[in-house]
Amino acid sequence: MHGFSALLARDLRLAIRQGMDSGMVVMFFVIAVTLFPLGIGPEPNILARISPGVIWVAALLSSMLSLERLFLNDFEDGSLELIVISPVVLEISVLAKVTAHWLTTGLPLIVVSPVLAIFLNLESSGFAILVASLALGTPTLSLIGGVGAALVLGARRGGVLLSLLILPLFIPVLIFGVSAVDAAVGGYPLQSQFMVLAGLFVLALALCPWATAAAIRQAMA
Amino acid sequence: MKNFSGKNLACIRGERGVFDNLSFALEPGEMLILSGPNGSGKSSLLRLMAGLLMPAKGALEWNSINIYEDPENHYSRFHYIGHPAALKPTLSVVENLKFWANIRGVPKRDGEQIANGLAAWGISGLANIPVQHLSAGQTKRVALARLLITFAPLWLLDEPATSLDTQAVAVLENLIAHHRQAGGMVVLSTHSDIKAENPAELDLSRFSSAANLAEAL
Repeated sequence: MHGFSALLARDLRLAIRQGMDSGMVVMFFVIAVTLFPLGIGPEPNILARISPGVIWVAALLSSMLSLERLFLNDFEDGSLELIVISPVVLEISVLAKVTAHWLTTGLPLIVVSPVLAIFLNLESSGFAILVASLALGTPTLSLIGGVGAALVLGARRGGVLLSLLILPLFIPVLIFGVSAVDAAVGGYPLQSQFMVLAGLFVLALALCPWATAAAIRQAMA
Repeated sequence: MKNFSGKNLACIRGERGVFDNLSFALEPGEMLILSGPNGSGKSSLLRLMAGLLMPAKGALEWNSINIYEDPENHYSRFHYIGHPAALKPTLSVVENLKFWANIRGVPKRDGEQIANGLAAWGISGLANIPVQHLSAGQTKRVALARLLITFAPLWLLDEPATSLDTQAVAVLENLIAHHRQAGGMVVLSTHSDIKAENPAELDLSRFSSAANLAEAL
């Protein structure tokens, strides 16, 4: 556990020291969502209808933004190879870095999402469910994203490649996240959507650290 | 009796064979200097020893047990200092070293080792300065200060003298001598002169794939 907490603390400290990354992700999220009313027009009913989808898609794209750098900085300055050959099991180190990524990008997105929901005229009955679905969905995004970030290490134009690899894998999370909010607004039961989201999270938690660690070892060779 | 050995190692990078049929053995207190021209595989051999690369052929053994059987256990036996400093520019010298100490299982509050490490390299005054403000030589000293954070029997040093001044090279020679007296082993690659008592030398150009081919013919 000492390795997990040491790496998590370091990544959080770096994020605070550098400051920009989290702020930019949140700004991108806000601006991307703001574009929709400007493009579609200020018709409240239309905005209310599309708001869960818009917020979820914008959250997906925003969390993609900082993914590329998840392992890249450590890869370039030699820290990653020392992490690989440290006595800490690499899967644990991966989990620590992914947790730090979620805390610095996923969590701020969740915090601002209700404000954007008001802005897009989402029914108030959907607010809590929007936050809950993002809270359950974004960790899955960070976990899956970690696999992609490790796979594109050493590739040129890794950022574009990363989006192509990872965005299709985000689709199930998007579908069930949005449909949970839609169900809440429509007054339907939403237990099944949350069970699927929870299932996806558990699956990602069980598989992604191993896949990510394998991809990192591959990048070292 | 601890020992570290490699038998009939071959390394292939990309499509190119780097070296073949290379063997070495190290006992406590011994030191191995890797020499050879650029591209002869000095760094690759060190990365093989660190478990970062897999040998295409042959085996690396610690006390006659293959290091890949329990990689995490092997990782705790050595310090590897490569070309990149692996230090975060926005963190201070102490914060960087504390992180590496914690990763290696040194208790959080134990700052003494780090202070000793900095003192040995004559950089105690830089402890709270962000690494981005250090010179290349100072950065290298900080990277090498990792050797002193915890004891590891094996030191793998890839061109440790790069960008060090003569005084710092003397510190390095001194630390290596101490480490060997304490029963440690050292493998290092170098182009410059690092003085040590009766080191073994391994000239990698003798094991290049081309040389092996010529011998076979």
